[in-house]
Amino acid sequence: MSAELELHVNGRREKVRVDPATPLLAVLRNDLGLTAAKYGCGLEQCFACAVLVDGEATTSCATPVERFVGRRIVTLEGLAADGALDPVQLAFLEEEAAQCGYCIPGMIIGAVALLRRESAPTEAQIRAALDPHLCRCGTHPRILKAVRRAAGQQT
Amino acid sequence: MSPLPQALAAHPELDRWVRVDAESTITVFTGKVELGQGLLGALARIAADELDVALARVHVQTADTLHGLDERFTAGSLSMMDSGTALRQASCEVRALLLELAAERLGVGIERLDVADGTIFDADGGASVSYWELAGGRPLRRLASGAFEPKPAPAHHEVGSSARNRPDLRGLIDGTTRFVADLREEGMVHGRVVRPPSPAATLLSLDDGPVRELEGVIAVVRRGSFVGVLAEREEQAVAGAELARRRARWSQEETLPAAGTLAAWLRAQPSEAFPIRDGVPEAGVVVAEDSETAWTHWASYSRPYLMHASIGPSAAMALWGRGHLTIWTHSQGVYPLREALAQALGLELEAIRALHVVGPGCYGHNGADDAAFDAALLAMAAPGRPVLLKWSRADEHQWEPYGSPALVELRAVLDEEGRIADWSHEVWGTTHRRRPMADGSPNLLAGEHLEPPLARRGPTPFLAKEAGIHRNATPIYEFPRSRVVKHFVAAMPLRTSSLRSLGAYANVFAIESFMDELAAQSELSPLAFRLAHLGDARAREVLETAADTAGWDGAPSALAGRGSGIALARYKNSAAYAAVVVSLRVDDATAAISLERIVIAADCGEVVDPSGAINQLEGGALQSASWTLKEQVSFDATSVTSVDWDSYPILRFSEVPAVDTRLLDRPGLPFLGAGEATQGPTAAAIANAVADAVGLRLRDTPFTPARVREAALAAA
Repeated sequence: MSAELELHVNGRREKVRVDPATPLLAVLRNDLGLTAAKYGCGLEQCFACAVLVDGEATTSCATPVERFVGRRIVTLEGLAADGALDPVQLAFLEEEAAQCGYCIPGMIIGAVALLRRESAPTEAQIRAALDPHLCRCGTHPRILKAVRRAAGQQT
Repeated sequence: MSPLPQALAAHPELDRWVRVDAESTITVFTGKVELGQGLLGALARIAADELDVALARVHVQTADTLHGLDERFTAGSLSMMDSGTALRQASCEVRALLLELAAERLGVGIERLDVADGTIFDADGGASVSYWELAGGRPLRRLASGAFEPKPAPAHHEVGSSARNRPDLRGLIDGTTRFVADLREEGMVHGRVVRPPSPAATLLSLDDGPVRELEGVIAVVRRGSFVGVLAEREEQAVAGAELARRRARWSQEETLPAAGTLAAWLRAQPSEAFPIRDGVPEAGVVVAEDSETAWTHWASYSRPYLMHASIGPSAAMALWGRGHLTIWTHSQGVYPLREALAQALGLELEAIRALHVVGPGCYGHNGADDAAFDAALLAMAAPGRPVLLKWSRADEHQWEPYGSPALVELRAVLDEEGRIADWSHEVWGTTHRRRPMADGSPNLLAGEHLEPPLARRGPTPFLAKEAGIHRNATPIYEFPRSRVVKHFVAAMPLRTSSLRSLGAYANVFAIESFMDELAAQSELSPLAFRLAHLGDARAREVLETAADTAGWDGAPSALAGRGSGIALARYKNSAAYAAVVVSLRVDDATAAISLERIVIAADCGEVVDPSGAINQLEGGALQSASWTLKEQVSFDATSVTSVDWDSYPILRFSEVPAVDTRLLDRPGLPFLGAGEATQGPTAAAIANAVADAVGLRLRDTPFTPARVREAALAAA
């Protein structure tokens, strides 16, 4: 049974008419055309679908969209300001921190959330923040370097 | 006149490889695909270097059956060796032809001409003409001749070295890249499949009436035991598939090997034996018994079924209409897939176009081709509407073709000086080759569920050099006597096919573990023992570089619970050389293994994109570490029970060690595929490091804490 919901996504108010039980991820991807967040498991086990919700890296694959009404949602597409990449994105580019790239949107979201919370994270904090994020290509060392670079640390 | 590279000889029309576009750019074509291995960037560099154009002008078009550049599969670490070598030659010939045209146009001798960023100029005069003025938008209509030589090694990288490495990186980082699962087309509908609950299950009944009544559901497709649901919206397709699953009744059978005895199961199966000579199985030759040999040492090693475990489940988009099918797929081989679909659907090849769109990393033959067939079956129920078909996580975990299990039995004779005098390697496994059209049948998953099922041929033993089960069964070392035997097990209770490095992982794990076990019986360190049996100078340098970089001399660890180990292989005994040193810690209380550092040294021949090569080598090492420490497909008598990331865990950030890689660049030498070179050595280096740390020899992966405890109990 669909209903009209208002979401706050990437700084804009978006009205969508959907079944309120639909996972946020499906609404972002199919109704708003924001396909950077990926379906990985639908079980909140891999964080490929992570988006910022009120600044926290949050899985979007299993939670109904109605639960996000009134929250501020930012997807990877919303990080760049006026076409200029976020410093975390630039750091991923500099370190060439991707192989297939499927997990990377979630990784960048996880790193952005961490650095907003903790501007000078320790190695342990970086690893703990990214631990829920799975990567199958084994790009972990470069992702770690990219996060350190974004934090202004030695890579 | 040099012989043409193989792929260019097969497709000598230069227009198939290089196109001078109408608008100041160059498009190069490849029959290979981008899998995250960095192919796009490396091929662009090769073309830019050879053609003397800025890298930013070069666009790479990957496999699409519309273009006719059939390079079969993107597999076997052959992208650079095949497509890269062909493209380098094609580019140099195109440059030479353009110079000829320019000489004519400018009325000067060709020897006076030079090229800068696609503009050909008279070095003495000043007259110039660009590639685009000469040939923009027009085909060259010439065949490759072999009459021209690519530039000598020092000239490579002149263009490429200062520019960005991967043209596709930006889209991956800003989110604009469209993976198959991200495709959005006008009128698109969404598809899901309802897979059987277990490999041998058949559908008894499906009460699909309530499914058809769900909002948005367009069709429920049932053909035998194949069930799919089409709906206007994705969540409606998901809901329809879930309801259909609850309304389906299945008969099931216990067909899977008893848990925990996979190696024994392999050994007990009927199998075909082939002696291996110079890497090639000898058909029709009876394996000689070795009952005369007084073996002094023996050990056996195994690995279980492993998953590709792509981070995104497989997907495909299909459009059917007016007797023509278009498939957007992340398959590794759009041409074989097209043949398989044609056979499966009773269509002519010309009625199908298959084109590659990037997908999540696959590391071999995962569910991509199967999803393409699923999408085609559903698209035929909705003519004119693009169908985006996605597998669920459980679909991927339960139904992808797994990496084959393996058992390796090694024996050796050490002489009085502690040197290996005789060596025997026997390996058992199921097929590594069930890609579309292997053995001539489609081999598409849904084909087994249709009624009647699609004809299925094989599996037959893979008899090519260094292929399948016997890949890297031939040791890199020089022994006075040796025998290598492959045992092909045809039974396939769980479907298996190509997973990164095929048999090389298990064979190298076994060989390089056994080398350490034998070294322990001699007076030599693991490093010195290897060098004492190693003639290949490039292999020696790689081994020594890895040890030097790690600051490890092979002496036993002085710290309780901490240790280091080394291992070496040349992938397929013909591609890249890689040596790996692993340092780790084994926790006394939990028996958990923590990796501390991985050092890799590799010789990949000439390196086009060092950053890309390192990414592949390190990624391979970490994936291998994940297989070795954590991974095995679990199942009961009936079904696969590894259905998600909790029941099939993989390596996480908290478990990733420091990684350090040294590339030995060999300018001017042939490219040697690097993407699978570290799989085997990493596994053995971990096992050897565990032995160094706590004196326990682990011979069956994965090395879970339970396995470590078992080994400790056995030793005590």
